[in-house]
Amino acid sequence: MLEIKNLKASINSKQILKGLNLSIKPGEVHAIMGPNGSGKSTLANVLSGKNGYEVSGELNFKGESLNEIPVEVRAQKGLFLAFQYPLEIPGVNTNNFLKTSLNSVRKARGEKELDTLAFLKIVKEKSSELGIDEKILARQLNVGFSGGEKKKNEILQMKILDPYFSILDETDSGLDIDALKTVAKGVNSSRTKQKSFLVITHYQRLLDYIKPDFVHVLSDGKIVKTGCGDLAQELEKTGYKKLN
Amino acid sequence: MKQQELEKSKEYKYGFTTDIESVRAPKGLNEDVIKFISNIKKEPEWMLKWRLKAFNRLKNLKEPNWQKPKYPKIDYQDLYYYSAPKSASDKPKNLNEVDPKLIETYKKLGIPLEEQKRLSGIAVDAVFDSVSVATTFKDELTKKGIIFCPISEAIRNHPELVKKYLGSVIPLTDHYFATLNSAVFTDGSFVYIPEGVRCPMELSTYFRINASETGQFERTLIIADKGSYVSYLEGCTAPMRDENQLHAANVELIALDDAEIKYSTVQNWYPGDKDGVGGIYNFVTKRGACRGKNSKISWTQVETGSAITWKYPSCILQGDNSVGEFYSIAITNNHQKADTGTKMIHLGKNTKSKIISKGISAGYADNTYRGLVDINKKASNARNYTQCDSLLMGNKCGAHTVPYIKNKNYSSIVEHEATTSKINEEQLYYCNQRGLNQEEAIGLIVNGFCKEVLQQLPMEFAVEAQKLVGISLEGSVG
Repeated sequence: MLEIKNLKASINSKQILKGLNLSIKPGEVHAIMGPNGSGKSTLANVLSGKNGYEVSGELNFKGESLNEIPVEVRAQKGLFLAFQYPLEIPGVNTNNFLKTSLNSVRKARGEKELDTLAFLKIVKEKSSELGIDEKILARQLNVGFSGGEKKKNEILQMKILDPYFSILDETDSGLDIDALKTVAKGVNSSRTKQKSFLVITHYQRLLDYIKPDFVHVLSDGKIVKTGCGDLAQELEKTGYKKLN
Repeated sequence: MKQQELEKSKEYKYGFTTDIESVRAPKGLNEDVIKFISNIKKEPEWMLKWRLKAFNRLKNLKEPNWQKPKYPKIDYQDLYYYSAPKSASDKPKNLNEVDPKLIETYKKLGIPLEEQKRLSGIAVDAVFDSVSVATTFKDELTKKGIIFCPISEAIRNHPELVKKYLGSVIPLTDHYFATLNSAVFTDGSFVYIPEGVRCPMELSTYFRINASETGQFERTLIIADKGSYVSYLEGCTAPMRDENQLHAANVELIALDDAEIKYSTVQNWYPGDKDGVGGIYNFVTKRGACRGKNSKISWTQVETGSAITWKYPSCILQGDNSVGEFYSIAITNNHQKADTGTKMIHLGKNTKSKIISKGISAGYADNTYRGLVDINKKASNARNYTQCDSLLMGNKCGAHTVPYIKNKNYSSIVEHEATTSKINEEQLYYCNQRGLNQEEAIGLIVNGFCKEVLQQLPMEFAVEAQKLVGISLEGSVG
């Protein structure tokens, strides 16, 4: 699904990622943990194609190089990023936004664009599956949403767009236990042999609900340790310091 | 004027010219040309006198020059003041009689008359160049006593109404361009809604500039008698051309006791090319008088075209409890310039006004909001709320807000809010990540920014306007 080789990234001449290697196969869930400033969010941004970074190394997604591919085309190819801080866009109805988004993804896949009725049917189905009140979709995009609502909205968008590869950038931060369960449900219910996930988190707590196949520790721009699920529990006890 | 212009039409979606032979008055501004216009319109003597009075007054007037966008000197003797499609002298009675070339033009514009008739229920008084060629739904309106016709027809058939109201809001002695219009106006719409009648459909006119080097001098007069209601839509597109063209229209609205007029404009005239060559000078005077008590006038404008847009649709709130509203979106891209806003003149007691202005600048464009809220001594308990938001795209464009507030009454309240912001890179990134390309993302964000104004537009216009907002900003982020 995703092959990362010797990935380096700098912003404003400051190097953040310093030669990162990672291979994610279809159907796998990988978790990335690490201390503040280790480059977790940079990794998410660089994978999504965000402007402003100087990037070198290889990025392969479903057998294709991503290196020169702009953000929206990566998204259309099925790469999704659940934002750590979802943006507010005043005056834009969330449903309209999502419909536009879904249709541009469908168009790129060569599928027929959906009309409003068909779209709303999908929304109803997915939101009830996650136990999310679909009323939030009638509001302006993320405007006046609570922290929990914003994150739930990201997960709902993920469900509706149905990407091949999803990155969750600290989606669990600041969530209460119910919201956390919603996020986990969003991932677990989509876990199939074709779909992969990269879950970025500070805390082991989320991994009680989403069982990852692999856990990586990111420190100073590199993956310094890789293990399976129990690595997270170990880290919870010992902290990151011991690793350096 | 034919083929090479068609060739150039790629950049501007509506840039095409129909090669219908034009009947023209000779170039220049003089008494003979005014007589020619009056004669070809079969006007009565009093109308010609009125025009000549304006022309004499014009001799002593100078063009105003306090506006921010400056323009090269206009040679008024080098313009044509009248041009009409030839076939118009023999007026068609139904669509079959309309010149097929004209129908084709409408189709390019996306306004096939027959479909509009059937689907949207809009009566269209279509102004092609300077003469109205087709009026639909006339019968249905006539049954209700509504008059909706070209103003040249109203001058002949309803002189008592025209005499009473023409120039009663924009006097003959107003500023240069308004007075010029009074002298040489060619055609436009006339609407009269009788007492207690609610106009059953949106009235609509599409203006187009066609023959080259023709200044357009439209004149519109709308009268809503006591307790009546009307919603009027005006939309403009113009063909591609290199030379600047002057457009100086006058629009007068009069609302009597308990009457309401809603006037919506989508202006998408040729803005000039990417380097600022060509484009329309849109110097328009629009003014409404809330003459009766409890009357209301609401202006909504979406201004995306023209090289220079210079206009202030205004309300004179004479009647007690009358309400004036102004909702505006002004989008300037490349080298376009806009200096637009409104004047709310509070004369009556308990008068209210609301101003919502959204200015968007991209490229090298310059966008100014200029507005006056004037509360007279006698306007007790008057109320105004103004909100001006500016959005900048890139770092070579400008946004300016120039509010004038004159308050001579202690019991009145005036509020003014203004914001200026840059289009947010993070918002764009967020939209891109959801599969939207840069232009879709900008269209979405800008439409959100303009929402309060777009909501004011009638349904038929709202869709077109939303598309236009996106189209106008195409290529503005690179």
